[in-house]
Amino acid sequence: MRNVWVVATNTFREAVRDRVLYNLVFFALLMMGAAVLVGQISIGIEESVIVSLGLTAISVIGIFIAVFIGVGLVSKEMDKRTLYALLAKPVERWQFLLGKYGGLVMTLAVNTGAMAVGLYVVLWSVKHPLERSDWYVLMAVYLILLKLGLVVALAMLFSCFTTPFLAILFTVGIYIAGVFAEDLRTMQAMDITPATMKLLRGISYVLPNFENFNVMGAVSHARGVPASLVWHDTAYTIVYAGIVLIGAAMVFSRRNLK
Amino acid sequence: MFLWALLLANSGAGSALTGRYGFSKNRNMLNPAIEIENLSKEYPFGFLHLKKKRSLESLNMEVQQGEVFGFLGPNGAGKSTTIKLLMRLIFPTSGTARILGKSIEDVSMHQQIGYLPEQPYFYDYLTAAELLDYFARIHGLKAGDRRERVERMLKKVGLETAKKLQLRKYSKGMLQRAGLAQAILHDPEVVVLDEPMSGLDPLGRREVRDIILELKKEGRTVLFSTHILSDAEMLCDRVGVIVGGKLRGVGTPREIVGIQAQGMEILFELPGPAGEKKLALLERATKTGERYRVQLPEAELYGDLDELKAAGARILSVAQLKPTLEEFFMNLVEADRAQANAVEVSSQ
Repeated sequence: MRNVWVVATNTFREAVRDRVLYNLVFFALLMMGAAVLVGQISIGIEESVIVSLGLTAISVIGIFIAVFIGVGLVSKEMDKRTLYALLAKPVERWQFLLGKYGGLVMTLAVNTGAMAVGLYVVLWSVKHPLERSDWYVLMAVYLILLKLGLVVALAMLFSCFTTPFLAILFTVGIYIAGVFAEDLRTMQAMDITPATMKLLRGISYVLPNFENFNVMGAVSHARGVPASLVWHDTAYTIVYAGIVLIGAAMVFSRRNLK
Repeated sequence: MFLWALLLANSGAGSALTGRYGFSKNRNMLNPAIEIENLSKEYPFGFLHLKKKRSLESLNMEVQQGEVFGFLGPNGAGKSTTIKLLMRLIFPTSGTARILGKSIEDVSMHQQIGYLPEQPYFYDYLTAAELLDYFARIHGLKAGDRRERVERMLKKVGLETAKKLQLRKYSKGMLQRAGLAQAILHDPEVVVLDEPMSGLDPLGRREVRDIILELKKEGRTVLFSTHILSDAEMLCDRVGVIVGGKLRGVGTPREIVGIQAQGMEILFELPGPAGEKKLALLERATKTGERYRVQLPEAELYGDLDELKAAGARILSVAQLKPTLEEFFMNLVEADRAQANAVEVSSQ
């Protein structure tokens, strides 16, 4: 595990030095603007609007980083041939992959954590003291982070066997399909044959169910998040991302570098 | 033709040539540092990858412990492919290789190997010191040891003054030095360098040559690829010549190229016009500024030197004329083609 940790910390350092965390400035400006605007146009529901806006921004910025940097984690190293010297050292290819994955998840955790702090500051500015229900926001942020972990794993898998452009397309495509996985499962339509229904249901179980991680509606209306859902999503992410990463490692372990 | 026959007869069997020329017996008694057996590499291409291009064909080669082995060949000959196969950056279509007796599939073996990639490129957001520290951590060195080694290596490759500069600000030559430092950082027994002199100025090349000689002095095995013949002649105990994915011969640089001397060249100056009148060989000489350069067969050398001495000439240099590496490889390629044509004609 030493090699995984060394690669992960270096990946985190790369993200910091490549100014990935600069997106926090954008988030801060967005939240400050929102705080000023919300006070003027949404009397009585400021808190709900700020929580919704904040969580959406955390999710969108996170997805953006997870997809674009996730795809680049492996492909950039192959294009620039920076991994040649590393793979000639006593490092297994799966250790390299896991290290890169861990490094980006670490970056996303710091980024998401910082944005959550920003969200609480803005929330406090429109309503203080904070109430017990406001801490549900933390759970929503945690579920967003789990979702991002899954997206990074998918981005890495695709980047192991295709071009960066296609890998981005596939990842975004799977993400969008995954958001609607629940609808696919429960879809009732007159003109769909039972066989097609079965197929769609099958696909919906294979796709990552990203809707499971969405508790924005409940949290923005001060409703709690069941602990069982948090545990379920944690286990789901570990298993799903684990399978995806094993697939990525299998592809990458036999890949010829240029 | 003697050389070509010798090379062809021994292609793929370097040890046979070693035996014929009676090289050091001690070296043969040691286990080989690198053993390559029937190593081949094909790359699929075209629609559905149905076509295949062969980059390396049944390579058999051994590098003995403690020797500096030069891997010579023109661009696209298969040098880098072989090295990448050894470093498991690519995977063989068939064949095996062992380093220090361990299969190249065995990752632990890489603890004893140092590798410099061709035209190295490293994480440009790191400084040289950080890069070396990163690789030292991968090798499992303790913090105190890491600091000491990083400092020592930076000094060795002449980067101690630029150690706090990010690699994105490094020149190509500086990157090459950083690459060399990471390759030898962990005191490897076997050092594999892919075109280590490329991109370096004369001073840098000299420093790299010194490092390679130092590694040899320390008893390490060095395998390096190059297409610069003079580097190979200066540094290598043995060289292997590869053209078109096939090993064409293994031997000392003298055996491979020295036999090919194409005559001699004398560089000289004359005291004045009086001297010019006396010299018959001036008809064959080329004048550049005050200097004359004349090429002649080896058998005529001493006679012409006497003539120059009598005319009061100042001899600046006498050198053996050797083919350039390009000519050397072109000869090999043309010999191949001629042989292929002969086979075709006879079958018709």
